[in-house]
Amino acid sequence: MARPRSTPTKKPPTKRPAGAKPVQDSAAGLPGGLTTDDLVDYYKKMVMVRLVDERIWALNRQGKVPIAASCQGHEAAQLGSLLAAEKDGNCFLFPYYRDLAVKMSAGLTAEQVMLSFMGKEGEPYSNARQFPLQGADLPNKVIQISNVVAAGLTQSVGYALACTMLGDHTVVLVYFGDGASSQGETHEAMNFAGVHRLPVIFICENNGYAISVPQRRQMNLDDLASRAAGYGFPGFVVDGMDLVQCYEATHHAISHARQQGPVLLEMKVDRFMPHTTDDDDRRYRPKGEVEEARKRDPVVTMAEDLVHRGIITRKQVEEIAALALREVDAATDAADAASPPGASSLHEMVYVP
Amino acid sequence: MAVVSVIEAVREAIREEMRRDSNVFVLGEDVGQRGGVFLATQGLLEEFGGERVIDTPLAEAAIMGIALGAAYRGMRPIPEVQFSDFVWPAVNQLIGEAARVCYGTHGSLNVPMVVRIPYGGGIRGGLFHSQNVEAMFFHTPGLKVIAPATPFDAKGLLKSAIRDNNPVISLEHKKTYRLVRGEVPEDEYTLPIGKADIKRPGESITTVSYGLMLHYCLEAAEQVSQEGIDVEVVDLRTLKPLDKETVVESVKKTGRLLIVHEDNITGGVGAEVAAVAAAEAFEFLDAPIARLCGPDVPTMPFAETLESAYMPSTETVAVALRNLAAY
Repeated sequence: MARPRSTPTKKPPTKRPAGAKPVQDSAAGLPGGLTTDDLVDYYKKMVMVRLVDERIWALNRQGKVPIAASCQGHEAAQLGSLLAAEKDGNCFLFPYYRDLAVKMSAGLTAEQVMLSFMGKEGEPYSNARQFPLQGADLPNKVIQISNVVAAGLTQSVGYALACTMLGDHTVVLVYFGDGASSQGETHEAMNFAGVHRLPVIFICENNGYAISVPQRRQMNLDDLASRAAGYGFPGFVVDGMDLVQCYEATHHAISHARQQGPVLLEMKVDRFMPHTTDDDDRRYRPKGEVEEARKRDPVVTMAEDLVHRGIITRKQVEEIAALALREVDAATDAADAASPPGASSLHEMVYVP
Repeated sequence: MAVVSVIEAVREAIREEMRRDSNVFVLGEDVGQRGGVFLATQGLLEEFGGERVIDTPLAEAAIMGIALGAAYRGMRPIPEVQFSDFVWPAVNQLIGEAARVCYGTHGSLNVPMVVRIPYGGGIRGGLFHSQNVEAMFFHTPGLKVIAPATPFDAKGLLKSAIRDNNPVISLEHKKTYRLVRGEVPEDEYTLPIGKADIKRPGESITTVSYGLMLHYCLEAAEQVSQEGIDVEVVDLRTLKPLDKETVVESVKKTGRLLIVHEDNITGGVGAEVAAVAAAEAFEFLDAPIARLCGPDVPTMPFAETLESAYMPSTETVAVALRNLAAY
């Protein structure tokens, strides 16, 4: 490849101990490039995503949404990395099935999300051929073809290879869970990306469970990030419950990826909900574990942080939630009233001309 | 017209398309410095450089996933599977993913990719260097499958495949690579995917085959012609989409159908051809549809005796033709 084979410097993201409190002094303490407006903007996004996610779960129980995988507990990791990608302006995204916040933050409206979860005509990812928000949203630079875990990793590396061949300086962000990290293709993807020093950031949202199987039954490791050494590129553990840390880590990783090749970011998160709407996590999660995790709910901690910094007031926190709720209500009603695709469209798009 | 081998025709097709379109590139195991284990990509590294002729790690799933991802970005990758037997680790990327990209995005993405797969037996390859893998891909909507048997067809179809906007599996019978030689025009040409070719016209029996078996069918047809059996030999050339029209028209003319392939008989391409003929030319048939195919053992074995016992041959095709003529 044209990419120079210089030795990567292991400088970028900060490695803070999990559980570190968000910065609470002032806006001046923010990492480079980040403004208080960004924080407010992304807090609003986080509230919106949470309300959409909760609504989808409720609609499933009402029989209107066949299946959903909740992103509750993953929002800070997804939105923090997206904020860095948005600021960079030249990133392409390969999310996975739990990445509602990635997909919404990339540009989807609440109504588009609701159309997708209800399987309605005009749904942007696959026109309701696939599970919700699966397929491609090219206007927002997102591809997720399937939910066969890790299949998207090699594809994202191929995308980055093509970008390099075409000289367009795009950085690819590919998201996956700790479960996908056990797949052979994860190894193959990281190995190839390392060999060719491709501009890829591997973002592992490690919530500690592959459906029901805990991390200790998946790998003999505490930190997945350490695997990066085996591929000749840097890996970092990030507190995935802290949006600012996730932003900062991704921000540094983007410039490293563009100049020197891949980075692995292990964002440690918690899964607040069962694997999907079809799962019952009481069968395998220890009593009290989720309640304990929820004490670090990023929606709550981020609001507290913004209030403590004096960036917004508690009244504004309430207003943001109320406004978002009205939008989710309207989106739900609009999608509920929309029609599914006509049966005569079954045969469309098996091939292109 | 120059006389070339199948492998030379394949190489020329790739070279011409890489010259024509800078988005075309090849990747695979040993395709660069080595020029491919069958030399299909010989000389391409020297002409196009390492960015467009990529030697990969030994990781078939990655080769296919990476090709797929590059295709999303508008490239036209030609991944090579060194031997068909090694395609199975990549099957999720091909059948699970590539075949479903267009449908699963409702057409917002498509996959202009050609997967080259040397396949087939009769070369003492044993269970893991001889496999016929066509049935899997033949069964999968979203893919196209070509299986040319001659240098002319190999070059023309491969060039069309590279220009196609859908994922195409190119099955190249490795015994034909050097064994089969034929005339190829100097001038640019392509052949349509999805059109069978009548390699020998005849009136009394239709044989349908592809790949190496086509040549055995032609030899057998020549043998029995001296006995007054006038065989029409249909070369499918493309397995998917299947050219039903050519098959059905031929069967309507001859009234008898023999299908020959070296892949296992059960659930093979021949089963579909038989079903099509039975459904669409039933009242024209003068005899039961016959199939001469590989038996239902996993692959042609290594020992010479066992490999020969597995493979259809000119002799066994001729016997099948005589039996069908006598029905």
